[in-house]
Amino acid sequence: MSGGTFLGMPAFPRNAAAAVQDSQLRFNLRKATHTIRGKRASVVAELPDWAELRAAGKEIKDHTLRNLDRYLLQLEEAVTAAGGHVHWAADAAEANRIVADLVKATGETSVVKVKSMATQEIGLNEALQEEGITAYETDLAELIVQLGDDWPSHILVPAIHRNRSEIREIFQEKMASYGRAAPEGLTDEPRALAEAARLHLRERFLSTKVAVSGANFMIAETGTLVVLESEGNGRMCLTLPETLISVVGIEKLLPSWRDLEVFLQLLPRSSTGERMNPYTSTWTGAVEGQEFHLVLLDNGRTRVLADEVGRQALRCIRCSACLNVCPVYERAGGHAYGSVYPGPIGAILTPQLRGMGSALDASLPYASTLCGACFDACPVAIDIPEVLVHLRGKARHPRAERLGMRAAGWVFDRPARLAGAQRLGARLRRFVPGRLPGPLAGWTDTRDIPDIPAESFRDWWDRTDGGAR
Amino acid sequence: MSGGAAGPDPTARAHAAGPDPRGRTGPGTGAATGGPGTGAATGGPGTGSRELILSRIRAAVAGAPEPGITRAYRTSPDQAGAVELFAERVADYRAVVHVVDADEVAGAITAALGRRAAGRVVVPDGLPEEWARAVRSAVEAGAVPLGRGTSGAGAAAIMRDAPALSAAELDAADGVVTSCAVGIAETGTIVLDAGPGQGRRALTLVPDYHLCVVRADQIVAGVPEAVGRLDPLRPLTWISGPSATSDIELNRVEGVHGPRTLEVVIAR
Repeated sequence: MSGGTFLGMPAFPRNAAAAVQDSQLRFNLRKATHTIRGKRASVVAELPDWAELRAAGKEIKDHTLRNLDRYLLQLEEAVTAAGGHVHWAADAAEANRIVADLVKATGETSVVKVKSMATQEIGLNEALQEEGITAYETDLAELIVQLGDDWPSHILVPAIHRNRSEIREIFQEKMASYGRAAPEGLTDEPRALAEAARLHLRERFLSTKVAVSGANFMIAETGTLVVLESEGNGRMCLTLPETLISVVGIEKLLPSWRDLEVFLQLLPRSSTGERMNPYTSTWTGAVEGQEFHLVLLDNGRTRVLADEVGRQALRCIRCSACLNVCPVYERAGGHAYGSVYPGPIGAILTPQLRGMGSALDASLPYASTLCGACFDACPVAIDIPEVLVHLRGKARHPRAERLGMRAAGWVFDRPARLAGAQRLGARLRRFVPGRLPGPLAGWTDTRDIPDIPAESFRDWWDRTDGGAR
Repeated sequence: MSGGAAGPDPTARAHAAGPDPRGRTGPGTGAATGGPGTGAATGGPGTGSRELILSRIRAAVAGAPEPGITRAYRTSPDQAGAVELFAERVADYRAVVHVVDADEVAGAITAALGRRAAGRVVVPDGLPEEWARAVRSAVEAGAVPLGRGTSGAGAAAIMRDAPALSAAELDAADGVVTSCAVGIAETGTIVLDAGPGQGRRALTLVPDYHLCVVRADQIVAGVPEAVGRLDPLRPLTWISGPSATSDIELNRVEGVHGPRTLEVVIAR
């Protein structure tokens, strides 16, 4: 179930209403978001040219998206020339089938995985399971999520909703069924828990012959793939197995090797709040005797690209800076968004990738106060509030709301109508209820109706000549 | 969606490409015969999807403006004090850092390995002979087989990667000593490019201790200079401190899967 498709989840308001009742979750989230936020602010402030890097990052991504067809072909040629194999997957089912077939061709029945949003998006682990192939997550947080039969709740730190005692419990109960059991007398010290994960996974790293990864960047010019990580599990998966399969969204492209000089500054500082993440691996085609397959994934990305306002979401480099500054995410947590992409970026990416057919997806553009903190934090300047408003315009609205808006539009259209309505309101103001009746109560339950003054400002101005009389 | 588009079984193609031990299938072999220009690059189930995705992209961006790219950021930050800044920033990641004169490197290596009581140490091909001798003298002097070097006899030894060491052998090593390709002052980063004295990527990954020697002339001020110096066709590993995780309540723990201890000797 981990990394599943979240099908059938209720809309955001219900999920959020339940989540905010969980005081442990709110404590964890607040601590996490504020800690990373503070670290990010201090390392960003160190760079005198952050604004210029951000502008270049935005422009490089926009340029790439505008010429995506050309750069994908260049990438394919470069990867192939370097001994790799390139596959194209139009949707999740096709990507999953390609990966399953490649794994089966090796004769193996298990794979180790580097943390990857794209493979979560397509539900790869579940699809492989149906083919009799077990996918083992190796990132510590993803391991916690997988063992706990849970969903990730944050892009960078997917198990941030779990505290140490819960993690200890999960390790003690579940590790044995996945491989090496948790050590006797395991404490809930983070150091002891990390050591348990090291021991649990080490043998698997040394013996598994197939790995599946995503990538943070692909370089069209050279065919190079880039993975940033912290723990070394990524290096283990990228280095030791005989076969490496990377599933990468087509928007992860950068035109030239040189462009990394921008993104290797933007991403670590925005993401973990470090000057640089502990490990970055780059490889071009098949290296050191490894067989390499690249699966290029569309799965709705070209639909996002077709939307002039919404396409900027494809600039996203999955740093999660927007999550950590979002007042809504901080209180509701990642699960409420019902997608592997939570927070502000998820609120614009998910409804575009999946369409707004379900109640959940249609509710996501409203999972925001439009405060704009996400836009300020975004290292590639995605104007998330702009896209949220754009998507709200495209969402289906209830009949009562549409009628109400049309009536309000009619009144505001002419000054005389507005003045008339204001005078009427002033005369009837003592009869205005605090809560509207029937289905309209949904509106007033979350809003305070302002006191209606006895006289409108314009009437007051006319009567007193601007206060002179 | 074309998820159901039929095509030849990709497994056939994977087999056709064959297990290539050196992995250097050049263009024109195996799956690559079609070439990207022919529309048959993969020959697998993606063939129809390749054209589909490309045509969707072209339709999506048709008529969109062509954005320019302005690179107003710093590309050559001040080089003065780069060595000192590098040492400070590497230490910030809780790595162990020594700054020594060039003729003191060998002594620093021997001392560091001695402190670790490292008995089985991996030495990649191409490590300067003087440094390799320093490793040997440390191994011979400080060899402590008791409980160390858990594989086989656990005898103290220099481990060469020719023939290639197995993952299990690497796992049994006490540490590895390498040089590097580039050091980045502003971020405290060491970059390995599998060149002389660095070995293939697994050598600096599996052993629990990595001792890396960085020469002052390898240290650049910032990320742009490093990217400019590096060859993308080589497999690169950028290392900024020891392996670490913050996945448990955001507490930083050094050492998960990569080396738990990173020691850096900077030669002025």
